[in-house]
Amino acid sequence: MSHGTQAPAGADFEPTTWTGSVRKRWLSTLPPEKMLPENQPSYVASWIYVFGMLTIVAMIVAIASGVIITLGGVQWFHESSTGKFFNSVHYWSVQLFFLFMVVHLWGKYWMAAWRGKRALTWATGVLAFLTAVGVGFTGYVITTNFNAQWIAFEAKDVMNAIGVGSVFNVTNLGQMVTFHVAPLPLMLVVIVAMHVLLVRKHGVVPPIDAIDHDAVAPAAAETESAEVAS
Amino acid sequence: MSRESRKAREAFYARPWTGPNRHYDILKEGAIALLVVSVLVIFLSALFSSPDDPALTFKGWATDSPTNFYATEVQQLAGTSGTATYGPPYNEGDGPSLGPLTFQKWGGVTHPIDTANDFVITPLSSQVEPNDVTAALKAWGAATPDQQTKWAGDYDTALQATADANGDLHIDAVAKGDYGPVPDLAKGVTAMAVSGAFDNAMTGQGQFFQTDQTKQLLLMGDGSYMDDKATSLNLQGNTWGMMNEAGSWPGQQWLAFTSVWYQLPAFNAPDSATGLTRTLTDNADVWIAAILVLLLITFTFTPFIPVLRDLPRWIPLHRLVWKDYYKKHGRQAA
Amino acid sequence: MNLLAISLDQPATYWQLGNSWILISVPNFIMIMIMLALFVLALVLPFPGGEDEA
Repeated sequence: MSHGTQAPAGADFEPTTWTGSVRKRWLSTLPPEKMLPENQPSYVASWIYVFGMLTIVAMIVAIASGVIITLGGVQWFHESSTGKFFNSVHYWSVQLFFLFMVVHLWGKYWMAAWRGKRALTWATGVLAFLTAVGVGFTGYVITTNFNAQWIAFEAKDVMNAIGVGSVFNVTNLGQMVTFHVAPLPLMLVVIVAMHVLLVRKHGVVPPIDAIDHDAVAPAAAETESAEVAS
Repeated sequence: MSRESRKAREAFYARPWTGPNRHYDILKEGAIALLVVSVLVIFLSALFSSPDDPALTFKGWATDSPTNFYATEVQQLAGTSGTATYGPPYNEGDGPSLGPLTFQKWGGVTHPIDTANDFVITPLSSQVEPNDVTAALKAWGAATPDQQTKWAGDYDTALQATADANGDLHIDAVAKGDYGPVPDLAKGVTAMAVSGAFDNAMTGQGQFFQTDQTKQLLLMGDGSYMDDKATSLNLQGNTWGMMNEAGSWPGQQWLAFTSVWYQLPAFNAPDSATGLTRTLTDNADVWIAAILVLLLITFTFTPFIPVLRDLPRWIPLHRLVWKDYYKKHGRQAA
Repeated sequence: MNLLAISLDQPATYWQLGNSWILISVPNFIMIMIMLALFVLALVLPFPGGEDEA
């Protein structure tokens, strides 16, 4: 009895399973050459383009230092100079994370990067920002020092005013630590991954008013050089 | 630009790029970025460290400002403190409203706090006390709730009446009256705080594992001890507190767009004000939350909002980003 | 491991516009200026050029 022929690699096959359908969908949308390309459109040639990557690596440093802090706990940095150092690494990586993210956002706005059906890429960016604020906020209220006391005390008024204070109790250290180290950073990583995959899927947005080379007929080449000259 | 050419351009931007490419190693860029950022962060950490103002304690409060602690505890017994009159989720009440919408009330009393018991009687009862405090606890426990409220309310009023020009209260200047065991209870709990035992009682709350600081934090926020420290560090909401940090460390600059609303005069009306600014000030948190939701929606739907989506074209900073590409490969008329 | 070269554990300087509510700490102001500077530099500094492929 045959075990069934293996479906070919790549997206050119007719799936007969849910798994196969997911694979076909994935490989059609994000084939390996799109995920890990060796080139980019030649307009991707400005320092503004590095700020997305800088934001992500700052996030990586924040997560890594966060993992190290979990080895010592939320009181560690009051008692140990090593703990204090990693608290500082965590604090400064977060400062840089938001700094790079803001520059990335300004760049994407002034480049109108949502063009060409990329509105979802923009929206996931907004969501990433919002989630990051949530991760940062829960981080602040678990520092077990005066800042944590004051920020939690003030923030509870906003949470209570919108009716979620009982579910999201910012004065409950146990709850806030759990939020900060598990669901929120996980959400952030997933949203950032979606954001990056959307960029891979659609490609980096072409320049505003770039010439459509496929549409330009040879006769229109004069217009082109006239534009360049002007 | 005509609607047709706009549509044609959108279709072009959406199509996979078939124009010129250039060699680009994105993972190498990522590796270099990781190295640079790691070195930068380590450098900043070694140079500047990070903020860590020690947490405030009740021992500190009762030692530095015993009268203020004493008076705050009296308010807990009288039910007149900030916590006692807060409303949901700690006790019955209304909370702020956004017109007819009272989200705070709808949230319900899910974390009930009885300020007299939770902040005074229970901690005092958790340890051996001097004879006068033990007797006061017995007298308090034997009284009806109405009697308790009368004693504490009268004492609170009398104590507040001793305020001098600076606003300082004077316990020994309180007018004679029938305050029952209230003065002894307040004295006892203040002494317990100075000893440090009150911190222990409030932290543990009689449990082995206790990870919820709601009760003690609410108490810490009543009175002026924590509030004064926050004011001195510019951490109040209406001095950009949401953005600021203790010491000279940078704070949360990215929260400027949330913090700014708390600065506006409309949300900071003086006590004598009435009308719209009164409503806005008294319900600031929920009104500002609503504004932020609107901002968030605008931010998310920027690609579809006229003017907002057109500014990049009207103020063409993008010509700097793509100047080399335009030079080499041209650009269409705007 | 804190070199304590510059101790930030002291009250920050705040800049206020007259008596208005416009108030900012110097450290926050510096961070925002760095954001703006990086943005401007990113736009104007030349990026290492690569040859166009086919």
